[in-house]
Amino acid sequence: MPASAAPAPRLRLTGIDKAFGATQALRGVSLEVAPGEVHALIGENGAGKSTLMKVLSGVIRGDAGTMEIDGQPYTPADTLDARRRGVAMIYQELSLAPHLSVWENIVLGAEPNRLGWLDRIAARARARGVLARLAHEHLDLERPVGQFSIAEQQVIEIARALLAEPRVLVMDEPTSSLTQADTEKLFDVVAQLSTHGVSVIYISHFLEEVRRVARRFTVLKDGQTVGAGDVATTTQDEIVRLMVGRAVTDLYPTRQPQIGGPMFTLPAGDLTVHAGEILGIAGLIGAGRTELLRAAFGLDPSQIVRTTPARRWAEGVGFLSENRKEEGLMLPLSLAENTSLPKYATLARRGWLPAKVLAAATAPWLGKLSIKARDVRQGAGELSGGNQQKVALARLLAHPARVLLLDEPTRGIDVGSKAQIYDLIARLAAEGCAVVMVSSYLPELFGLCDRIAVMRRGAVVACRPTPEWTEQSLMTAAIGADAA
Amino acid sequence: MKSLLSRFGPFLGLLVVIGLFSLSNEIRGYFLSYANFKIILTQTVIVAIGALGMTMIIVSGGIDLSVGSVIALCSVVGAILIQEAWPVAAVVLAVVATGGLVGLLNGAAIAGLRMTPFIITLGTLGIARGAAKWLANNETVNYDASPINHWMTTADPFGWALPTGAWVTLVLAVLTAVMLRSTVFGRHIFAIGSNEATARLCGVATVRTKILIYAAAGCFFGLAGLMQLSRLRQGDPTVAIGVELDIIAAVIIGGASLNGGVGTVLGSMIGALIMAVLRNGSQQMGWPTYFQEIIIGAVIIAAVFLDRLRQAKRE
Repeated sequence: MPASAAPAPRLRLTGIDKAFGATQALRGVSLEVAPGEVHALIGENGAGKSTLMKVLSGVIRGDAGTMEIDGQPYTPADTLDARRRGVAMIYQELSLAPHLSVWENIVLGAEPNRLGWLDRIAARARARGVLARLAHEHLDLERPVGQFSIAEQQVIEIARALLAEPRVLVMDEPTSSLTQADTEKLFDVVAQLSTHGVSVIYISHFLEEVRRVARRFTVLKDGQTVGAGDVATTTQDEIVRLMVGRAVTDLYPTRQPQIGGPMFTLPAGDLTVHAGEILGIAGLIGAGRTELLRAAFGLDPSQIVRTTPARRWAEGVGFLSENRKEEGLMLPLSLAENTSLPKYATLARRGWLPAKVLAAATAPWLGKLSIKARDVRQGAGELSGGNQQKVALARLLAHPARVLLLDEPTRGIDVGSKAQIYDLIARLAAEGCAVVMVSSYLPELFGLCDRIAVMRRGAVVACRPTPEWTEQSLMTAAIGADAA
Repeated sequence: MKSLLSRFGPFLGLLVVIGLFSLSNEIRGYFLSYANFKIILTQTVIVAIGALGMTMIIVSGGIDLSVGSVIALCSVVGAILIQEAWPVAAVVLAVVATGGLVGLLNGAAIAGLRMTPFIITLGTLGIARGAAKWLANNETVNYDASPINHWMTTADPFGWALPTGAWVTLVLAVLTAVMLRSTVFGRHIFAIGSNEATARLCGVATVRTKILIYAAAGCFFGLAGLMQLSRLRQGDPTVAIGVELDIIAAVIIGGASLNGGVGTVLGSMIGALIMAVLRNGSQQMGWPTYFQEIIIGAVIIAAVFLDRLRQAKRE
């Protein structure tokens, strides 16, 4: 192959294989990224994206295949070696030390020093330098990182990665916990990286985002490369079809809403949700959407509503937490326990609750929600994100709850699982349940909800039927551009 | 297969320890005798009963450092009540209730004031020890005789009967195991230890349940105090210093996680036995006590390390 025809790619992976026991996680995967290119890596959960990135960043070693960086063979011994060779990772979960200041976090592990004596002036200068490259030099270097917003923390994390002058930066689902406005800012940061010649591998479930930020894309499915191309010349439908074998228009179910009587009133702005209705709540992060749902469910002490989760469950109200790992599920415990915990009292006879009873009460839900698991005794932590979310939802259905308070019900799960969860929500509404759904992902609010309310600074500022909103008018209401 | 290994891991450890001591020709004959088996069981009783309560607490994600002091306090209370000629049943009830009361206060402070169990029980460790010395006027409390004195006796070394204390432990172990596995209260303990936020979200009364856990565990510690009294035949306010660490070690060797959500009664009982066998064997080998302490310390670290390996393999 003549190398003179085109510039050598920054990164070239060819024929990467990786098996875990009997499972073939990667099968002849190839990926090519040009210098300074933002390349989207797309695929459902379990498609092999994270395995591929682990091979790339030296966490694990591939069984076969070759990797090259700038034409040089690249076989990282471990993550440290990968970083030395210019491959850096930004994980979904931020890894900052919240009590340390911005500059301390940025130079952590690479502190400029003389014989172990920390050179604070040089350290601050370096921190300021990398922040400037991301157009964030205004951040206060001395403030503890824990006091910054998630979005700012992410920038700090990226700055830390930049300190090692990476040639390839991998970003795993960077916007999953960001609001629309912060997402825009992150796109600017990514663009900055690109102009500085850093190649970015951008992993995301959000196809709209991919269109905005990436120039080229590669789709993985079942551990294989099923397609690659230019984002500009490929339609979203084509990409989705590559990923799941179905078109994006099928993502949201068609509904014929039959709105019944009032079922539940949220403790803000007289928001009442009716039987058969799906009410969406939009707003920026920090607008008080989550707090509203939690107060309505009696989770955080509140002056407005005096109730407890136990009382709410008894009234047929269920709550789905936005934070699946930290609050939503008990990961070491079984599916049966995760699903049935709120109804222990009703399942038990005089406090007596044998495992058999628990398993029998839970088993039907595996099938009904097509949860992929061995059996109800399997630990929730062993499932994929999408299946975990279905388990968390099964808890509401098994109870059964007639009013569903859902906080970010599809956060961090793959498109296939998303479609299933949309279907499920629509089906529940058709059966007469009332659904309140908080989401930072506008397309799903528009695709699913009958009405959308917008919150800003802890208050509901508007609530209209979905057809009367546009993404534009909704964002305007959310950021308060009309008022201030 | 793997789950079998993890379930019988502590049991294998016990067999290994017994096997190692049996290698010695000098002590094998007596070490493996029924009389010695009885002595080991009796020596396990106090730590084992404590471990029952500690298992509940550790599975719920908590810790209790005050156990040694509570045992001393309860043994002093028992001795005083025997002096006062209370009937045996009333003494037992009052001593168990004393332990329960301290546990209740621990639980109320931990759950109600939302303070860490480590700090609260470090405080009650001092308070209970001080209260015991105060009640006993800083000396041992002696009494003439009581049926309680015979509960921990191994006086009849060639008989087959186990002492009352061993039977009580056995029965309570079975009851606690069933309670943890198959009752709403037991499963709530696991839920809270596994993820307290989820438990609260699911409507579990976390505050009430946690208070109950510490109070129930306190009753076990009170009973352990009674066994301590039975063994010493006097109330000694300076007894059982550091026993909580043996008890915690037994629970951890038995496979429980200090992060909560994981642990079994069977494991904790075997953990308590492993430590008793180690002590008993070392004594018969004529090893000095400092050597025993080093060995037991090493065993704790090894047990937790092996557990970590086992869990890593499962992933």
